[in-house]
This record gives sequence, structure tokens and C-alpha cells, in this order.
Amino acid sequence: MDQERNVCIRADRLSVRFTDHPILDHLSFEVPEGTVFGLLGPSGAGKTTLIKVLTGQLCQNEGKAEVFGKDTRRLTAEEHRKIGAMLDNYGLYERLSVYENLAFYADIYSIPRRGIPDILKSIGLYEARKTAVSKLSKGMANRLSLARALMGQAKLLFLDEPTSGLDPATTREIHDILLQQRKKGTTVFLTTHNMFEAESICDYVVLLHRGNIIERGRPVDICRKYDHLNKLHITLTDDTELALDNNRTSASAVKEFLEQGRIRSIHSSEPTLETAFIELTGKGLQ
Amino acid sequence: MKNMIAIFRKQCKDTLRNKTVLIQFLLFPAITILMAHTVKIPGMPEDFFVNLFATMYIGMAPLTSIAAIISEEKEKNTLRVLVMSNVKPCEYLIGVGGYVWLVCMAGSLVICMAGHYGWKTGLVFMGIMAVGILISLLVGAVIGIGSRTQMMATSITVPVMMVFSFLPMLSLFNGTVGKIARFLYSEQISRMLSQIDSFELTAERISVIGINIFIAALVFMATFRKCDLS
Ligand SMILES: Nc1ncnc2c1ncn2[C@@H]1O[C@H](COP(=O)(O)OP(=O)(O)O)[C@@H](O)[C@H]1O
Ligand SMILES: [Mg+2]
Repeated sequence: MDQERNVCIRADRLSVRFTDHPILDHLSFEVPEGTVFGLLGPSGAGKTTLIKVLTGQLCQNEGKAEVFGKDTRRLTAEEHRKIGAMLDNYGLYERLSVYENLAFYADIYSIPRRGIPDILKSIGLYEARKTAVSKLSKGMANRLSLARALMGQAKLLFLDEPTSGLDPATTREIHDILLQQRKKGTTVFLTTHNMFEAESICDYVVLLHRGNIIERGRPVDICRKYDHLNKLHITLTDDTELALDNNRTSASAVKEFLEQGRIRSIHSSEPTLETAFIELTGKGLQ
Repeated sequence: MKNMIAIFRKQCKDTLRNKTVLIQFLLFPAITILMAHTVKIPGMPEDFFVNLFATMYIGMAPLTSIAAIISEEKEKNTLRVLVMSNVKPCEYLIGVGGYVWLVCMAGSLVICMAGHYGWKTGLVFMGIMAVGILISLLVGAVIGIGSRTQMMATSITVPVMMVFSFLPMLSLFNGTVGKIARFLYSEQISRMLSQIDSFELTAERISVIGINIFIAALVFMATFRKCDLS
């Protein structure tokens, strides 16, 4: 993590319990300003709960959380103004249409309404602009919520599974939007259970499992750490399949197969965040 | 100012599609017209229905609708987002309150027309309604701000609204109720409306309504300070 950057979010032994059952268990982490921070974990890990604590919607039972150096239990309008959040139908008026919602927030944020059609096109909601929010699918409502959060020109964005259930093209659009935000210096805190998303756009990730942080770091560093999982998968001409460690210990064996011309196919499996996660928990991320 | 107008416009669109609130606005004006035109019982005071329903309108419509609007925004977290977006709580309340007040004034105008008053009496009628609606708005806003969910707001508005709108009606038939009810703004307003051509602004009227406004404003300020809007 860059030392010279300011810390935007800081959690210190943060715990949340629902009826004595720990949902978040003594989490400590820091998010530097201007980075894309990914909270990666399967459904039920506690990702949404953490966002709720960090945006001041839910009070922790123990520990401390700070945003812009302010305790999240006592955020004032000044901090709130710098925070944009996208979760569920957060901030949307269900009876109003897609367009009417953005038009209302455009007025509130003093942005001209004429930019709205372009915003709607970029998140793939232009066709649905006259639909009431209550009639939108979850993915569509998510995207509208994202557009709404972006309109406020926040310095810190909380995004709860911004791309879940979206097609690849729209997902890419949203990644582009997020990377543009980072270029502007915005800090992005997003949750996902999609490891490709985490690997491709996050500067820093934390793997959350049942309310505990089980791994953290830059995606490349985490993957490198699990390099011992990197295997060479070899299929021989007689259909035998072999998995050899991808290091010098396998060199002589591979050389021999090559010299005998017995190899039909060979490929390596570089560790991903998902393999790291499976290694740590014995379970997949989905 | 910009925020208040935006909230006002949003509220206009939203209410048209919100049946529970819409019916509050339309019900009594519609019933008044209907009853005033169809039911004519000999010996019944002139404009009986107009007075009765005007009083009930004051006690119900502004109170329930603003409580429902504010508590829904609290429940669905939209109010939090507005406050996060630099909308000042008082801007929100003036935007929403101004909207409800205007709609209720429009409803009052319909009721007023059913009374077939002259110009001057009509203006007096509207003036009385304006004050009554304002007090009810304060009471409703207190409930809305104090409730976390719409359900919670409804469970409080129902008894409160019963007191303000039914006691004046009951006091028409029962003297004892009248003795208690005369400390309520809605009762004083009901009495003024029933003698609209010749009522006097007695010390009792002015002080009861004045004290009612004072108490409502005081409770409103206290709630506003204590409960944050989000
Ligand atoms: N209001 C609540 N009361 C009780 N349990 C809850 C509540 N909200 C969430 N949970 C539980 O907390 C856990 C984490 O939920 P959540 O934060 O939504 O996970 P995620 O967003 O990672 O899928 C889940 O097991 C869920 O059942
Ligand atoms: Mg979730």
C-alpha cells in the first residue's frame, strides 16, 4: 500500500453481531485515498453489513470505523456530501420512473438535466427510462442506483455488488466508469463475489469469509503467494493426465516426456483469487 | 430554494401514483360535494356537511399525508440520501410541507365551493382552513420525523387524527365532549366555520388556537432537534 496516500476508510477491530451471532468479527483494515478497494467474499460473508456500518446506517457492537477521519456513528452532512453509496434500491423513489429519479437528483446536485439521456445510455437504461423503479429488475435498479451515486460527484463511493447479474458488455461499461472515477481521485469501495472483477479493477482486495478477513493485499501479490498451487497439467498421448508442480522440480520429467514425444497437451494453472480462496476455505466464491 | 422546488416537483409526481396519500387529499372534498348535493334533511343547519367535512379534512388529510410521506422517506432511506446530498432538513420539510399545504388548500377550495359562500365569506373560510391545515401539518410532521417506519407512523397518526377530527364532531351531539374539545384547535375551527357569517374572534378562540400553534411548534422543534431526519 502506498504510504504517502491519506487513509480514507479505517476500521479497527470492527464487530457486528445479530442476536449474538457474529456477522463481522473484529475486522481491521485501511483503504487509501484514490484506490479501488475490493471486498471479496461469497454471499452471506457480511459484505453488505460492512457497507452499512461504514455509511453510518448500522451501528457496530464493538470496535471503531472511520471515514475521512470521522467516526461513522457520527457522520455529519459535511462527510455525507462526499459519500456516494449504491446498495439495494438505495436512494431511489419506487413510484417514480428511471428518468424522473435522475431528474430529481440532477436538480438536487445542480447538474443540468440534459446530461441524463447520456448517463442512461452508458448504463444501458435508456430504453427503460419511463419505467417505474418498482418494476425494474434487480440488476437494472442496481445500475440506476449506481448512476445516482455517481451524479453526486462523491469523493468516496460505496458500491455493493455493482455488476452482479449484468451482461459482460454492461459490466465492462461499469468497470470503465469506475476506473474513470479512480482517475479523478475518487476512492471506490466495492464488494463482489466475482474474482475476475476483483483482479481486473481492484488495487487492493480483502477476502472476507464468515465475517473474518482471511487474506488481503494487491491481487497480484495474493496470487503470487499461492504460486505453489500453480500446476502444469499434462495430457500424454496415451490419455494419462498428470499435474506437476510448476517449478524446476518437474523439469526433468517434462524434458523426458518432450524427448519421448509423449505430450499431447500442456498448460499451466496460474493461481487466481479464486484458487487462493478455495485453498483458504475449501469452498468456492460463488 | 432550488432544493425546495425540486422536492416540491418530485412530490407532485410521486403523490399522483401514491394511492394512500392521494385518497387522503381527495376523499373529503369528494364526499362534501356528494353529500351537500344529495342529502337534504329538513331542520339540518345550513352547510352542515361543509362544516363537518371541512373540520375532518383539516384533522386528517394534512396530518396523515405528511406523516406518511416523511416516514416513508425515512424507512426507504431516501431522506438519508437527500440529507447526504446537502439538502438541509428544513428545506426538505418546507418543500414537502408546502406541497401538502397547497394541495390541502386546493381541496379546501373545493369544499368551500360546495358551501356556495360569497366572496368575502369564502375568503374567511379559506383563511381559517389555512391556519388549521398548518397546525395539522406541524403535528403530522412531528409524527413523521419521530417514526422509523411508515407502519409506525400510521399506528400513531390514527389515534391522533381521531382526536382532532372526531372530537369536534362528537361535541356537536354531546356537551361534555364539547367542554374538553374546546381546547383543541380543530374544535375552535369547527365552531368558527359553523358561524362563518357572524363569528367573532373571541379571546378564547385566539388563545386556544394560539396556544395550539405554540405547542405544536414547540414539540415540532424539539422533535426536529432530537431525531435526525435520516
Ligand atoms: N438484519 C439482520 N438480522 C439478522 N441477520 C442478518 C441481518 N442482516 C444480515 N444478516 C446476516 O448477516 C450475514 C451477512 O449478511 P450480508 O452482510 O448481507 O452478506 P453479503 O452481503 O456478504 O451477502 C448473513 O448471514 C445474514 O443472514
Ligand atoms: Mg450483500
